[in-house]
Amino acid sequence: MSFTDITNIALMQGFAGLSLFAVLLLMGLGLAIIFGQMGVINMAHGEFMTIGAYTIYMFSTLTETYLPGFVSAYFPVAIIAAFFIAFVFGWIVEWALIRHLYKRPLDTLLATWGLSLAMQQTFRSVFGAREVSPTLPDWLLGSWAPAEGLDIPINGMFVLGLTAVVTGGVLLALYRSRWGLRVRATVANRPMANATGINTKRTDRLTYAIGCGIAGVAGAAFTTIGSTGPTSGSLYIVDAFLVVTFGGAGSLLGTVASAFGIAQTQSIAEFFLTGSMAKVLTLLLIVTILMIRPQGLFASKIRR
Amino acid sequence: MSNTDFVLAVEDLTVSFDGFKAIDALTLYVDRGELRVIIGPNGAGKTTLLDLICGKTRASAGSIKFKNVEMTKLQEHKIVRAGIGRKFQTPSIYENLSVFKNLEVSFPRGRSVFGALGFRCTDEVRERVQSVADEIGLGDALDVEAGLLSHGQKQWLEIGMLLMQEPELLMLDEPIAGMSVRERELTAELLARICKGRSVIVIEHDMDFVKRIAHKVTVMHQGKILAEGSMDKVQNDPKVIDVYLGH
Amino acid sequence: MNALKIWIGKSGLGSVLILALIILVVFPLTMDLFRLNLVGKYLTYGFVAVGLVMLWGYGGVLSLGQGVFFGLGGYMMAMFMKLEASDPVTTKIQSTPGIPDFMDWNQITELPFWWEPFRHLPLALIAVLLVPTLLAFIISYAMFKRRVGGVYFAIITQAVALIMTVLIIGQQGYTGGVNGITDLKTMLGWDTREDTAKYILYFVNGGLLIGAILLCRWIQMSKLGTLLLAMRDKEDRVRFSGYDVSMFKVFAFCLAAMLSAIGGAMFTLQVGFMSPSFVGIVPSIEMVIFAAVGGRMSLVGAVYGTLLVNFGKTYFSESFPDLWLFLMAALFIGVVLAFPNGLAGLYESHVKPLFGRRKAKPETTAAPGDGTPHTSTGGKPLSRGAPISGDVQGQSA
Repeated sequence: MSFTDITNIALMQGFAGLSLFAVLLLMGLGLAIIFGQMGVINMAHGEFMTIGAYTIYMFSTLTETYLPGFVSAYFPVAIIAAFFIAFVFGWIVEWALIRHLYKRPLDTLLATWGLSLAMQQTFRSVFGAREVSPTLPDWLLGSWAPAEGLDIPINGMFVLGLTAVVTGGVLLALYRSRWGLRVRATVANRPMANATGINTKRTDRLTYAIGCGIAGVAGAAFTTIGSTGPTSGSLYIVDAFLVVTFGGAGSLLGTVASAFGIAQTQSIAEFFLTGSMAKVLTLLLIVTILMIRPQGLFASKIRR
Repeated sequence: MSNTDFVLAVEDLTVSFDGFKAIDALTLYVDRGELRVIIGPNGAGKTTLLDLICGKTRASAGSIKFKNVEMTKLQEHKIVRAGIGRKFQTPSIYENLSVFKNLEVSFPRGRSVFGALGFRCTDEVRERVQSVADEIGLGDALDVEAGLLSHGQKQWLEIGMLLMQEPELLMLDEPIAGMSVRERELTAELLARICKGRSVIVIEHDMDFVKRIAHKVTVMHQGKILAEGSMDKVQNDPKVIDVYLGH
Repeated sequence: MNALKIWIGKSGLGSVLILALIILVVFPLTMDLFRLNLVGKYLTYGFVAVGLVMLWGYGGVLSLGQGVFFGLGGYMMAMFMKLEASDPVTTKIQSTPGIPDFMDWNQITELPFWWEPFRHLPLALIAVLLVPTLLAFIISYAMFKRRVGGVYFAIITQAVALIMTVLIIGQQGYTGGVNGITDLKTMLGWDTREDTAKYILYFVNGGLLIGAILLCRWIQMSKLGTLLLAMRDKEDRVRFSGYDVSMFKVFAFCLAAMLSAIGGAMFTLQVGFMSPSFVGIVPSIEMVIFAAVGGRMSLVGAVYGTLLVNFGKTYFSESFPDLWLFLMAALFIGVVLAFPNGLAGLYESHVKPLFGRRKAKPETTAAPGDGTPHTSTGGKPLSRGAPISGDVQGQSA
C-alpha cells in the first residue's frame, strides 16, 4: 500500500465520518433547540426524523407513479415538505402533550417515550415493518473523483451542504430573527419575557415545532445514506442526546463541535475496530468525559 | 494569611461571573459573639457573599477563614459541619414533614448514609427538639405539617433548624422578610438571644430592624465594602448616604 | 397487641402482608405451574420496580439504565449455570470441550480468565450482588459528586444501557451475542427445570421480593428515608444542614442496582436463559413504567404495577400484537398526565376513603400540586404520600 493509498483511505474514511456528522448534527440541532433552549426531553425526536425520511419516500413513490418525468427534481421539494410535515406534527404534539408537562422534565421524558412507541407502531401499520428506500435522483448518485483512487460520494457532499445551510439558518434565526430573540428571552427569564409582551406559550410551541421540523430534515438527509424503517429514528436518539449534552446544553456551537467530534471518533475507530466496538469506544469516551466535565464542552459560568 | 482571633476572616475575596465581579477583593472580619448586619442596595453582592462563605458559590480568589481554618476549598456539608449555618432568603423548610421532623432531621447526628440508617430518635434528641421549638415559639406546634405554618413561622422554623446544629456562625438572609410588626419584634428578641455564644451575620433591608439588632453594620456596594461601623457612624457616612440611604 | 397493630398500620406493613399472601398463597393455589412460572418471571422485574421506587420516587433520581443491573445480575448467574452445563463430557463433540458452546462456535479455544470465578457458586453469588453495585457506585459517585442530576443523569444511564447492549451483542464469543446465554439446566447439579424446582424457585423469589420490600420500608422509616424525601424537595437545605447529599443519592442508586441484580439472577434461574433484550434502553424504560403504573411512591404498588403491565403485555401481544404498543404508549402518557401517583395514588384517593375507618384521618392539605391526602397518625406524622409533582426540576447540571 503506497502512501497516496493510505492518504486516500484516510480521506474517504474521514468523509464517511462527515456523513454521520451531518445526520448527528441535524438531529442534534433540533434537540439542542428543544432540549437546550426549552429543557424538554423529547424522546420522540427520532420518530420526527423518521417522519422526514418517510416523507421523502412518499414523494419518491408518488413522483415515480404519477410524474415520472420529475424524478430528478422531486428531492428539494420533498426536503421542504419533510420539514413542514414534521413541523406540523410537532405543533400538534406540543399542544396536546408537551405544554402540560413543562415543569416536570422527567415526566416529559416518559410521555414522549410513550409517544415514540405509538409513532413507531403507526409507521409499522402504514409503511410496513420492512425498511424502504426512496429512489434517489441520478444526480445524487455516483461519486466525485478529484484524484485517482479517491472517491467522494456525491450524496455525502449534498448532505453536508444541506446541513451547512440548515445550521446556518438556525444560527441566523436564533440570533438575528424576532423568533430567536423571543426564544432567548423566554429561556433567560420566562416571567419577564411574559411581562414584556412575549407570548411565551406561542414561542414554546413554535420552538418545539421548529425543532421537530429540523428533525424532519435530518430524516431527509438520512435517506441518502441509509434505508428507513419504523425504528430508524430511535437508533439515533441516544446519540443525539449525547451530542447535545456533550456540546453543552444551550450552546449551538457546542452542538456542532460535539457532533463533529463524535462522528469523527466513531468513524476513525471503525477503521481499526469492528463497528460495534467503535460504537462502544465512542460512547464510553463521551460518558467518561461527561462524568469529568458534566457541563459539556461549551458552557458559561453563570450565577445560579 | 495570619491567624486571627476573629471567628470569620474574609480576605481579598473575589468572584466573577463571566468577567462581572460580583464580589471584588472584599475583606471582612467578624468577632466572636458579634451580631453583624450587612446592608446595601440590590445587586451589591450581599447574598453572593453568604453563598461564598457557605460554599454554595466558589470563590475566584481570596480566602475565607473560619476559626483560622480555610473554608474556600471545603465541600458545603463540611463547612456546615465546621460550624457555619445558613438560612436562605425564602424560607427553605421541608413542607411535607412535621415541625418535629424538620427539627429532628437537622440534629447533628447520623449525618453519614449508614449513620442515618442507624439513627434513633432518643430522649436526648426529643428534648433538644422541644427546647429549640420553645425557643422559636413553635413548642406547641411540633406535630403540625410545616407547610401549614404561617410565613413568619416558617422563617423561625428554618432558624430553629439551624439552631439544632449549634453553629458557631449563623448567617441569616433577610430573616424578617414578609413578617408582621409583631413577628418582627419577636424575631429581634430571638436574634438577641441566639447571638449569645455565637456570631451571627444578618442581611436585612429594614433600617429600624437593623438599628435595633446590629452590633456593627457593614455597607456593601458593587461587590465592595463601602463603610463599616456602628449604625450611627454608617448612617452619617456621606458615601453611604450617596449610594444608599440618600435615595 | 394493640401497640403492634398500631405499629403495623403506621409502617404500612398491612399492605405488605396482603401482597405476601397474594404472592405466596393465592397465586400458587390458583394457578397452574406454567402461569405461576410466568408470574415468577414478572416478579423478578418487581425487584427493579421496587428499587426504582426508592431511587426515583423517594430519591427523585430517574435512571433509564436499570436493565444494565438486571442484566448484569442475570448474566453472572447465567455464566455460572452455563459453565456447569458445559462440562467436558457433555461438550465432547466441540473442538474445545469444556467451554460454553457459543465460545466454541466463535473459535475461542480457552475460557476467558474473567469467566473463571463463575465456576464457583459462592463467588458467582457474591459477584451478582457486588459487581452491579460497584458499577452503580462508580457511575453515580462520579455524577452526583459533580451535581449532575435529573435529566442529565437519565441520559447518561441510558447511554450506559446502550453501551452494555452493543458490547454484549458485539462480543458474541464471550457473551453469547444477541441470543444470550441459553440452555441453562442445573445449579450444583440441581435441575432447575423440574416442577418441584420451579415451585421452590418461585417461593424463594417471592420471599426475596417481600424481603426486599421490607428492607426498603425499613429504610423509608429511618432517618435516611426522611432525608431522601427532604432532598428531593429541598436539596440545598439538606446540603446546608451538613449532609453530603451526593452520598445519599449514591446509596439509593446502589440499592436500586443491587435489587435489580437480584431480580436478574432470579430471572435466569427461573426462565433458564439471559439475553441482551433485558439489558438495553427499551426494557430499562419499560421497567420505569412498571413502577410508575403502580405508583412511584409505593413499594407494594410497584409490584402490582409490574404484574398488571406484564399480564397486559402477555395478553395483548399475543391477541392483538398491533394494539399492544399503542396501549403501552397510552400507559406512558396517561400515567404521566392523569395519574402521576399510579395505582397506589388511585387507591389512596378513591378506595381508601370508602372504608373511612379512621374517622378524623384524611385531612387533605391544600399544598399546591399535591395529589395524595396526608395521613397524619397521631404523635409522629409519617412522611408518606408526599407530593410528587415537584419532580426533580431545577437540579439539572
